[in-house]
Amino acid sequence: MSVEVLTFVLILVTFGIYAYIGWWAKAVDTQSFYVAGHGIPTTANGAAIAADWMSAASFISMAGLISFLGYDGTIYLMGWTGGYVLLTLLLAPYLRKFGRYTVPDFIGDRFYSNKARAVAAIATIFISLTYVAGQMRGVGIVFSRYLQVDVNAGVIIGMAIITFFAVIGGMKGITWTQVVQYIILMIAFLIPAIAISFKLTGIPIPQAALTFSDIATRLGVAQIEMGLGEYIIPFQNISKLNVFMMTLALMVGTAGLPHVITRFYTVKTVRAARWSGVWTLIFISILYTTAPALGAFAKFNLIDTLNQKPIEAVRQIEWVEKWENTGLLSFEDKDGDDNLQFSSSPKTNEVFIDRDIIVLSTPEVANLNPIIIALLSVGGLAAALSTAAGLLLAMSSAVSHDVYYRILKPNATEKERLCVARMMIFVSVIAAGYFGINPPGFVGEVVAFAFGLAAASLFPQIFLGIFDKRNNREGATAGIIVGLVFTLVMITLMKSVPLLGTKSPIISDLFGINAQGVSIIGMILNFGVSYIVSRNTAEPPVEIQEMIENIRIPKEYA
Amino acid sequence: MDNQKRYQAYWKKNVSVIRNLLIVWATVSFGVVICLGDVLSDIRFFGVNLSFWFAHQGAIIVFVLLILYYAWKMDKIDKEYGVEE
Repeated sequence: MSVEVLTFVLILVTFGIYAYIGWWAKAVDTQSFYVAGHGIPTTANGAAIAADWMSAASFISMAGLISFLGYDGTIYLMGWTGGYVLLTLLLAPYLRKFGRYTVPDFIGDRFYSNKARAVAAIATIFISLTYVAGQMRGVGIVFSRYLQVDVNAGVIIGMAIITFFAVIGGMKGITWTQVVQYIILMIAFLIPAIAISFKLTGIPIPQAALTFSDIATRLGVAQIEMGLGEYIIPFQNISKLNVFMMTLALMVGTAGLPHVITRFYTVKTVRAARWSGVWTLIFISILYTTAPALGAFAKFNLIDTLNQKPIEAVRQIEWVEKWENTGLLSFEDKDGDDNLQFSSSPKTNEVFIDRDIIVLSTPEVANLNPIIIALLSVGGLAAALSTAAGLLLAMSSAVSHDVYYRILKPNATEKERLCVARMMIFVSVIAAGYFGINPPGFVGEVVAFAFGLAAASLFPQIFLGIFDKRNNREGATAGIIVGLVFTLVMITLMKSVPLLGTKSPIISDLFGINAQGVSIIGMILNFGVSYIVSRNTAEPPVEIQEMIENIRIPKEYA
Repeated sequence: MDNQKRYQAYWKKNVSVIRNLLIVWATVSFGVVICLGDVLSDIRFFGVNLSFWFAHQGAIIVFVLLILYYAWKMDKIDKEYGVEE
């Protein structure tokens, strides 16, 4: 069978499984819709969060991104894993004990204020919406790349399938679908990584191959010869200060993302919430320790195959021809010597590599069976769909649960609430699909917003809500608003070229800190303002203080 | 009142476990990989150098071990203070 037919069959089979799970998990009340009845087993929850967490971008682009950043790629490697340490140690067990449905639930109840609830709901919607736009686009791109359908048609097919398991099955449907998606995407990612690692080093475990072989060092030497900068030496591309701030911002942002936090409500106990964190990080770390190895090996292999080789001989290689046709790989013999040269200077560089090709081309480069290529596309789709579904639920529950039920209509019946929840998730799918078809020109920038706002607004107040008993309504509201506004303004000013259409950024940095790291200043402001304001206003009511005592211990407080 | 005291002692213990683990977390990620990244890149570690290995592999492994220890330790502490569910 050809790759296209295999891919098509595999996609049909997996979509059948997803739809079946949605029907099987059909939600009957709001508790099962929002938090799967608090009944998800620990390991399954870990796999589901991991699938939710690993987007199409981390599946397809991250290994390539790291292979271009070298050492400094640690920003993403540590930033997107280290946040789970914060989340598991500082937030997850206590939020599970609190035991409601959403992040605005906690902020609103803990700070006894519907204003705080509304601000948290707006932050949740904004963070999730910016994040999901890129995901829907990812679904469309994967479809178009493998099945030769239009990107927009791909987005619509993706919307249809998400509607099925998310609208009908709610959190339970989403969770079990994501467990299946985790298994698919890991197999699809690991097989090519193991194959290329074995081919280059004779060691089949990519992590061990990166550690014990000298490929990374040789890649560094080859890069220096081409004037591309060291691979294994730090701060070649990004300053030390910015590596520090960006890593911290991604970690804190991860711990503050509503669609991730909500998942810790879905397990049975406080203990299960802790162990969910452990399983999540174990499952995520398998991909995040494989990606840097795959990135280094694939890049080394590409340079080895292409650099200083006659252009005609290179074009004879089958996979080179295929990827040259897609435009992800291109050559131009600028000095007319019929040989290819890599170079750091755009004037003399003759080989252009799109970073996505690092993952996408590996199965062919390593001569793997076409079924692996088909599996990779199904894995990419699984990654995009699972992330989108989790975000859509977080976004819609902020409207249907926090705004509609908790603020506007507290006496709504169970039936009305479930109906509104389903309607809102459907509206969210349509909104996300709209942004997938008409992507804002600054998708890359808006993801910086999502993490930045999560770090500067939600994380500090959830943390203080648990650990600082004295923090009160006034402190929390002031802190969130200062953190949110400061970070929004700073990122907008620094990214004014795509956002406002100015010719150059209004400000380029703040004391040397760039847009992706500036939310850390917002977070510090949030903490500071909260402290000063709360210490100068009345302490929280007695029942709130009791609630805090209660969430601090696993068993029922007596 | 007796319960109250026990809960407070439990919370203190919990906070000190978290603090110690976060010190390790910060030392590895921001200490070894970032602040000392350039210095430690002179030290050889098998096929690569020490800080690069931590940047691309070691830090993530340490993160996993940290929360594994935390979940295991808290199970014990919960029982010790009689606050398990």
